[in-house]
Amino acid sequence: MALDFALSEDQEAIADVFRAFLANECSVETVREAEPLGFAPVLWEKLRSMDATAMAAPAGEGGGEAPLAILAVVAEALGEAVAPTPLVEHWVATTAHPVAALVSGEQIATIAVRPSVDGVWSLVPAGAVAHWVVGVDDRELVAVRSVPPMEGPANHADAPLADRSARDGIDERVVLGPASAHMALLDRWRVLTASALVGIAQRALGIGVDYVMEREQFGRLIGSFQSIQHGLADLPGSIDGARFLAHKAAWAHDEGSTDGRGIVDMDEGVVTEFAPLAAMAFVQAADAAAVATDRVLHYHGGYGFSLEYDIQLYFRRARGWANILGDPARERLRLADLLWGRDEAVA
Amino acid sequence: MDFRLPEEHETLRTEIRALLDRHVDDDVVEESHRTGTNHSAPLARALGEAGILARAMPGAGKDPLAMWLLSSEAEKAGAPFDSVGMSLVIAGVLDAVGTEHQKATALAGLLSGEELVCFGLTEPQGGSDLPAITTRATRVADGWVVSGAKMWTTMAHVADWVFLLARTESDAGRHGGFTVFIIPMDTPGITVDPIWTVSTERSNATFYDDVRVGDEAVVGEVDGGWAVMSLMLGFERGMASTGHLTPLLRRFRQWAVEAGVSADPLLRERMAQIAIDAQVSELLTQRTVWTAATGRPPGTEGSMAKVFATEAYQRHARWAQATAGPEGLLGLGEAGAAADGWIDYDVRHSIPMTLQGGTSEINRNNIAERHLGLPRAR
Ligand SMILES: Cc1cc2nc3c(=O)[nH]c(=O)nc-3n(C[C@H](O)[C@H](O)[C@H](O)COP(=O)(O)OP(=O)(O)OC[C@H]3O[C@@H](n4cnc5c(N)ncnc54)[C@H](O)[C@@H]3O)c2cc1C
Repeated sequence: MALDFALSEDQEAIADVFRAFLANECSVETVREAEPLGFAPVLWEKLRSMDATAMAAPAGEGGGEAPLAILAVVAEALGEAVAPTPLVEHWVATTAHPVAALVSGEQIATIAVRPSVDGVWSLVPAGAVAHWVVGVDDRELVAVRSVPPMEGPANHADAPLADRSARDGIDERVVLGPASAHMALLDRWRVLTASALVGIAQRALGIGVDYVMEREQFGRLIGSFQSIQHGLADLPGSIDGARFLAHKAAWAHDEGSTDGRGIVDMDEGVVTEFAPLAAMAFVQAADAAAVATDRVLHYHGGYGFSLEYDIQLYFRRARGWANILGDPARERLRLADLLWGRDEAVA
Repeated sequence: MDFRLPEEHETLRTEIRALLDRHVDDDVVEESHRTGTNHSAPLARALGEAGILARAMPGAGKDPLAMWLLSSEAEKAGAPFDSVGMSLVIAGVLDAVGTEHQKATALAGLLSGEELVCFGLTEPQGGSDLPAITTRATRVADGWVVSGAKMWTTMAHVADWVFLLARTESDAGRHGGFTVFIIPMDTPGITVDPIWTVSTERSNATFYDDVRVGDEAVVGEVDGGWAVMSLMLGFERGMASTGHLTPLLRRFRQWAVEAGVSADPLLRERMAQIAIDAQVSELLTQRTVWTAATGRPPGTEGSMAKVFATEAYQRHARWAQATAGPEGLLGLGEAGAAADGWIDYDVRHSIPMTLQGGTSEINRNNIAERHLGLPRAR
């Protein structure tokens, strides 16, 4: 085994299965009908019936214990379809909290990406629809069960965000470990969300190419104007870069290059450690998706601004799915700490 | 996907690093800046003797990963390596389509590291539109007479050979009627004038006044020069230098620590972004190399890597200079210069990266047409 940019046979096979499934079960009509909540219950039931909800949980708990590299190709397919389903969050949460009702998908789990403040996790991804929330509360990693509100604040991405309490009105609370255990979960979420954002960017580029090869102005296809060609030509490199970073992070994870077992050698430019690769993948994918959806929306002219055209679905989710983690500048600062350590401030 | 280098290439990397350690020191680097010649004879010879040049030569059934390793390690070490990179490109062409005579002479010379070659392609009136060249080779009884002028013939002042593209037939269509020659630089009628540049590197204008060569100088088919050029440009794109962000970041960080500003979040945020762009540049380049290794032409992959990496290098070098303030303006070796003047050097050195070996616009055209399937816009 050595340097290989092709998907493995397993990855190809699983990607084919999910692409075919999503082509049938998750059209843009499904996406639009699921708005504004951003959750399609029928789609979730169908994912359950193909055991997708069990893929990430440990084998000992009846899960598929799929490597991150496998989950990443599925996440990319979910992004391509802008699927209104919290599978990524569910997978991440069920690696830490694989109770039977979650593995079977009878209930949904999610991860609070930010610690609670006064016992409340605010704007939790999938918080509107998840029964279980895994997150940091009072310096512990806990899993908390309560009744999902099935509604949340109107938001940019029509995502099922909601505030959830870690303490009040809850049915069950399980301590999973110290707060530090949250980091590894969040890094998995970063990688899978990066893959989903890559899917968004890739599909947006496809929508853009189709549109400019159809729309005419000045008696020519707008796709024959060089400024449009060059604006599109920037995209595949940044999208592929994000995809490779997500896969490299997944590879590092699956190879056990975690907790300092990988390499971070900035003098030689060699990084094989999981955590910094996960941060890099997230930042690059968020950027690639933001730029791709912005350019392609713009190349739709006025139609890009109308709800009728699909590109707006991608534009809004490119931002919504990424910004939930917070300011990307802070993510880069965190990455700097991972790469160079924390420098002492010099007076 | 798998991101580990094969064992044999890790061994090769160690061997290359040891060689670079032995042959590249401050004096060698300074010399290349002073003379403007990005070449070190002892380094080239050592790489030849070790058989590394033969191993790294591009081509079908060759080892593209070895080529990438050699150039990326040389870039990271700041070694004067451009000359050798050019040798490898032409070695690959001669190995694929050269005659036995050319293999015994030019190819052997290039792979030994003792001889160098320059590229005579671009002309004063243009480079992007290569088929518009006017340098002509006319058939005579005992061979050919070449007349014309070339621009940006880098290394011509130290090269033993010129790999020259000339017109051999008129009215043969846009891509017909060209022939490639490999000509000894000491052939009567060739003159070399220096071109001094914004960076420390020198290039040349070269002139060909009734230069007489025999048939042994023809590379590939007469009037079949475009096929040879496609091969050559493909190899050149595979050699494109995309690894400059790592040394830039190392030098910038060294300055930031020395200047006591390495804890400043403004700097740290941008340094993290440079690290990301360095990884992306490397991954896109490795994908190009891997594509070539699987036997497919990596045309659009190479374009993506080159555009991304060279534009990121320019952007971040200019940011590093502005961030370092007045000290970032000071040149190599000046007292008080940020990172010993390397930041100023990087800003200068990065300028032609988006021009030479196919401009960013030409590469974007390539991606738009061949990867995205958009109509030809020219
Ligand atoms: C440092 C350096 C070293 C070099 N070494 C060599 C060498 O060893 N041998 C050699 O033969 N050449 C060499 N070159 C030449 C190099 O290949 C050319 O500079 C390059 O091909 C561009 O050609 P040009 O300079 O004539 O610019 P032009 O082709 O005149 O281009 C001018 C501008 O117009 C843009 N442009 C041109 N055509 C299009 C189009 N169709 N669409 C959109 N934009 C377009 C270009 O991108 C550029 O920005 C070197 C150049 C440099 C700077």
